[in-house]
Amino acid sequence: MKTIQFTELEGRSAGFFALMAILIAIIGAGLVSALMMHGEGHHITGMTNRIVWGTPHVFAVFLIVAASGALNIASIASVFGRTIYKPLSPLSMVLSMTILAGGLAVLILDLGNPEHLLDVPLTQFLYNSEPARWTQSVFGWNFILYSGFMVIVGVYLWFSLVPQYKKYAKAVSIFAFVWRLALTTGTGLIFGFLVAREAYDAAILAPMFVVFSFAYGLAIFSLVLIPTYVWTGRELGEILVKRLKSLLGIFVAASLYFVIIFNLTNFYSAAKSEGIQSFLLFGNNSYSNAFWIGQILIGGILPLVIVYYPKIKARFALMLAASMVVIGGLSQMYVTIIGGQAYPMDMFPGKKVESIINDGGIATYSPTIYEVLLGLAGIGIMLFLVVFAMNVLRILPESLADKDVDPHHSA
Amino acid sequence: MSQVKESKVDQYRRSFLAQSTAIAGMTLTSGVILNSVAQAKSADQPASDKNRWGLLIDANKCSTGCNTCVTACHEENGVTGSGNPETDPQWIRKVKLTDKQTQKVQTIPLMCQHCAKPPCVDVCPTNASMKRADGVVLVDKHACIGCRYCMMACPYGARSFIHEPTTEQIYPRGQGTVESCTLCVHRIDDPNGPRNPACVEACNAEGHKAMWFGDLKDPNSEITKRLKEYGGVQIRADLGLNTGVRYQNLN
Ligand code: SF4
Repeated sequence: MKTIQFTELEGRSAGFFALMAILIAIIGAGLVSALMMHGEGHHITGMTNRIVWGTPHVFAVFLIVAASGALNIASIASVFGRTIYKPLSPLSMVLSMTILAGGLAVLILDLGNPEHLLDVPLTQFLYNSEPARWTQSVFGWNFILYSGFMVIVGVYLWFSLVPQYKKYAKAVSIFAFVWRLALTTGTGLIFGFLVAREAYDAAILAPMFVVFSFAYGLAIFSLVLIPTYVWTGRELGEILVKRLKSLLGIFVAASLYFVIIFNLTNFYSAAKSEGIQSFLLFGNNSYSNAFWIGQILIGGILPLVIVYYPKIKARFALMLAASMVVIGGLSQMYVTIIGGQAYPMDMFPGKKVESIINDGGIATYSPTIYEVLLGLAGIGIMLFLVVFAMNVLRILPESLADKDVDPHHSA
Repeated sequence: MSQVKESKVDQYRRSFLAQSTAIAGMTLTSGVILNSVAQAKSADQPASDKNRWGLLIDANKCSTGCNTCVTACHEENGVTGSGNPETDPQWIRKVKLTDKQTQKVQTIPLMCQHCAKPPCVDVCPTNASMKRADGVVLVDKHACIGCRYCMMACPYGARSFIHEPTTEQIYPRGQGTVESCTLCVHRIDDPNGPRNPACVEACNAEGHKAMWFGDLKDPNSEITKRLKEYGGVQIRADLGLNTGVRYQNLN
């Protein structure tokens, strides 16, 4: 195996500028939407006092969960010693940071009052003699987990790119791996803490999010890797693509397994199986459709068939399966986040409940264009940043041809 | 934040409340002063954990077609909307309950239940959701970032997000922040002693007398006596939140 040469993108072609222009337009549209939501108020979205987290959260949580999963490639190479993935490590690290940045940006832009965020450190650290409350809020922990993730992966990347620090990279990689598990668990716990809402009242939610993150992160990783190599004319061999493809298959299968266990355990509870569970699964509504068609069929079964069906060209199969996993992931978040809110909370067992806000009924929600644009801007930000990083940092191997990545390959 | 200690945040909160009280004093005619409270506290005194303010609601007395408490609350607190119930703030709402077996119909007012262990306070990342020492759960709209996590956490759907620019202002309200029933905290903090919240006052004035307000820690308050005699249930008692709002005859 030759030593892998890492180089920047050239970034001078018309195609490159066109790509950046498109991404800037996507981000711009999202920013304008966010500004409008702040000027006019959130009533221009489909969100209500019943559906308080809408489409922006679907995108944001999907991206945040995927972010930690995108780091997997680096972890597998370093923590678990699979050297074949080593050349992909820097991209995996950068991508995990940019996905997280995209997700967080959406989360922040969707706040009702993001400007108050600036006051938080002031009121929390300077003026408060008591231990800051956010240390007790699971949201607060998540802020720490997110910023910590950025710093740790940043250091990890730095150590792996600078030759004299390389020897420390492994230690940091283990730390980063543990941290990314904590991060996804923390994201799962945001929902797990909502004791009053049946949809989220399950201990399995956090580990399930971890398994989902493997699939979502790898899917985004593949969707960035392959076009980058195709468009820049760099070599990308079959060996790596096939490996990624079967890895994706394993992660998708594991996700499906967790979904089955999660739903089966829910059926054990009589109340749940009659209530929220039947609503989300068999309610014949947008949530049950998103579950069966989006999450299970497009996001689970079809990708499995595609990655394991030998007659499809590996590269094409990976691209197709990965795109489907992304659609499935967004569908899953839609079912979990919005479906979980739409179903009424059971305040008065045995009673039919009516009120001005339809307490006893299913909450209606139809997302508006502003929400969708803001959500897409998260993806725009992630892509813009990763392309920018490819341009200024040496994170992409010159070649990922079979002979370069596999020492045993004899061409 | 279970105890109120001297800190700038608390001073700030108190002065905010003092301002609210002053405004309330100017705009409102005085209501009934609660006799059960021995000592009125001055506006710059912190709320004390010697009190725990609460409500008791008799479902049998609450009149089915009546919406007086809701109107009174929203007028008192300047809670306005654009006519879309799904996005308009609802500090208090009437809920109609029909028993699925007996078909018995009851209505009750539902508002922030002022839990002793409020999930909204637990999840709030900024301290904006807070519980005063006297049990009143509030949102500091100057600190609220509008993340709506508290709304996700509230088992009663008692919180509203301000979806539209606020025009009419009696108390500071802010678009993009969350608000809910304050138990008319400006009346609790009245320099002349705590007064009934607007909803209770209006319900009494209407002659229904379905609501009692008072100090749950005062053994001589009417609310405590009634609870002792007739009992009272919490909505979603299974969550163990120890709500400050209790209901009677909910069956
Ligand atoms: S919306 Fe405001 S009060 Fe509610 S949790 Fe977020 S910051 Fe706290």
